[in-house]
Amino acid sequence: MSEIRLAQVTVSVPTGEGHRRILDETTLDLTEHRIALIGPNGSGKSTLARLVNGLVPATTGRVLVDGLDVARAGREVRRRVGFVFTDPAAQLVMPTAREDVALSLRRAHPTKAERLAAAERVLADFGLGGFGERSVHGLSGGEGQLLALAGVLATAPSVLVADEPTTLLDLGNSRRIGDLLLGLPQQLVLVTHDLELAARCDRVLLVRGGRIERDGDPAEVVGHYRATA
Amino acid sequence: MRTRRNPGTDIALVAAFAALVAACALLPAIKLAGPVPITLQTFAVLLSGAVLGMRRGFLAVVLYLAVGAAGLPVFSGGAAGLAVLAGPTAGYLVGFPLAAALCGLLVERLPRRSLASVPVVFAAGLFSSAALIHTCGMTGLVLRADLTWAQAFDVDKVFWIGDVLKNAAMAFVATAVHRAFPDMLGRKAALTRSEQPESSPAA
Amino acid sequence: MSAQLLGLHRPGDTRLHRLGAGVKLLGLMVAGVVVVVVRGPVPALGFLAVAVALLAWSGARIVATVRAMRWLLLTAAVLGAWTVWQHDWPRAVEVVADLLALIALATTLTVTTPVDEVMDAVAHGLRPLRRVGVDPEQVALAFSLMLRAIPTTLSLAEDSRHAALARGLERSPRALLVPFVIRVVARARDTGDALHARGIGD
Repeated sequence: MSEIRLAQVTVSVPTGEGHRRILDETTLDLTEHRIALIGPNGSGKSTLARLVNGLVPATTGRVLVDGLDVARAGREVRRRVGFVFTDPAAQLVMPTAREDVALSLRRAHPTKAERLAAAERVLADFGLGGFGERSVHGLSGGEGQLLALAGVLATAPSVLVADEPTTLLDLGNSRRIGDLLLGLPQQLVLVTHDLELAARCDRVLLVRGGRIERDGDPAEVVGHYRATA
Repeated sequence: MRTRRNPGTDIALVAAFAALVAACALLPAIKLAGPVPITLQTFAVLLSGAVLGMRRGFLAVVLYLAVGAAGLPVFSGGAAGLAVLAGPTAGYLVGFPLAAALCGLLVERLPRRSLASVPVVFAAGLFSSAALIHTCGMTGLVLRADLTWAQAFDVDKVFWIGDVLKNAAMAFVATAVHRAFPDMLGRKAALTRSEQPESSPAA
Repeated sequence: MSAQLLGLHRPGDTRLHRLGAGVKLLGLMVAGVVVVVVRGPVPALGFLAVAVALLAWSGARIVATVRAMRWLLLTAAVLGAWTVWQHDWPRAVEVVADLLALIALATTLTVTTPVDEVMDAVAHGLRPLRRVGVDPEQVALAFSLMLRAIPTTLSLAEDSRHAALARGLERSPRALLVPFVIRVVARARDTGDALHARGIGD
């Protein structure tokens, strides 16, 4: 497993007038296989997840992935850390499914023909064979999220950060994507409102009001959140 | 949540506004004043400058023109191809990216407070479109349609009322976008003004 | 992609289709210069005949082509009438035939070449500009992103219209346009984040 380390990290964002603190000073070591971040809307859990690949820069403090500083070696870190968003429509950036996966494979395959062929193989691996020519605009939520995952995992990252990946999905698709994520060999940092899914992880952090309120055994932290939410 | 500009965001915004110009040219025209239907195309062109600034606004409109010239039917009325750029009204299209750039340049130079001022942004848009879209448009009419300058001016006048209305709408929208996304033009103003971290944890 | 955006392109196997997009673009530019430089009604009619022959060979659908070009054709007609009135017949024939010839040639290119091939050719042609900071790969990416964004933007416009309708604000341009553009910007910023997360544009 990789080692994700946050050392005295805070995050503030500029508003029209001044600053708003989103994450209070936090120090953390994440080395478990599957880690869930739970908490109310706007608690800062999403910000915490986005620190890991530099989507949100730390205002103070340092974020390290396998010893690499996200602020200095962002490119190397993003090669190790894949990221899945809540809304696949925002994540799928190319016109068709095959082109979208091929975009991820730019580094591995220099020629366009090779890239498209490799993308087709990735699609087949994810049960999306035959989707190559489909417009990403017309995909259902479940198909879209599966394609988004395929695009991210095509580059074989060692860590996957997923920000509420099942929130927009129906029950069946939510289960399917959840099972897929927990079954991955990669280290997983999962932001979720699905407490059953969180309870199946190896470690759960409860984030509330910009700080980590509980951290540890999944059953205990989820139980505490259920009692206090 | 996002404080640092990244190249991915720049390119996504350029593409999004190119698509916005295309969508505005394709959406059914609204009848704002009188019998002349108005498409929102120039609204979107000047908005690109006012929201994205000079460089990205210019690139967005150039991308729109390039895609239209390459054959996607994104010009008004669903026209497409280099043929449109050979026609007598091509001058107006050539003026689009220049006007977006000028509007962006003016808006970028505004003090932060004026970004929220509808009249100021309106003036920047109207000036840009008068200085570049209409002059380029008339030049095109003179060169490609054999009109005299006086005749070109008479043709051009038809668009003025619509232009004022579209610039007013543009100013309302642009100021609203800057209020919703204070970091659009990549200003550090807010960062330098209040460096002391005032702690009000997220709600 | 929505059907209305498929454009005029017609797949086919004529020599015109097999010719590289870059060659066709270059040819069109040269033709544009030649048509404007060579004066007189007779050569203009000659150009028009060649251009129409090429267009016919390309397999263009007449109805769709005329519909897409209706404003240009109308402009050409008005321009012709105007020139007859102001100047004389030979001048009018030259002006209108030149214009129609260019329209026909450009349409031939559009009919025989898929949009992405034209854009690939453009990106390829931009390679010498790499030194002055133009990155052809970024240009190609921006182009794909825009193709992806057009249907999304049209449905965001529809969403905004429905939202305004639900609140009884359908007559207010502000209630339609402000949320629409804010949605467009928010979506673009999400896309930017996704590109960043996928290591694109680093």
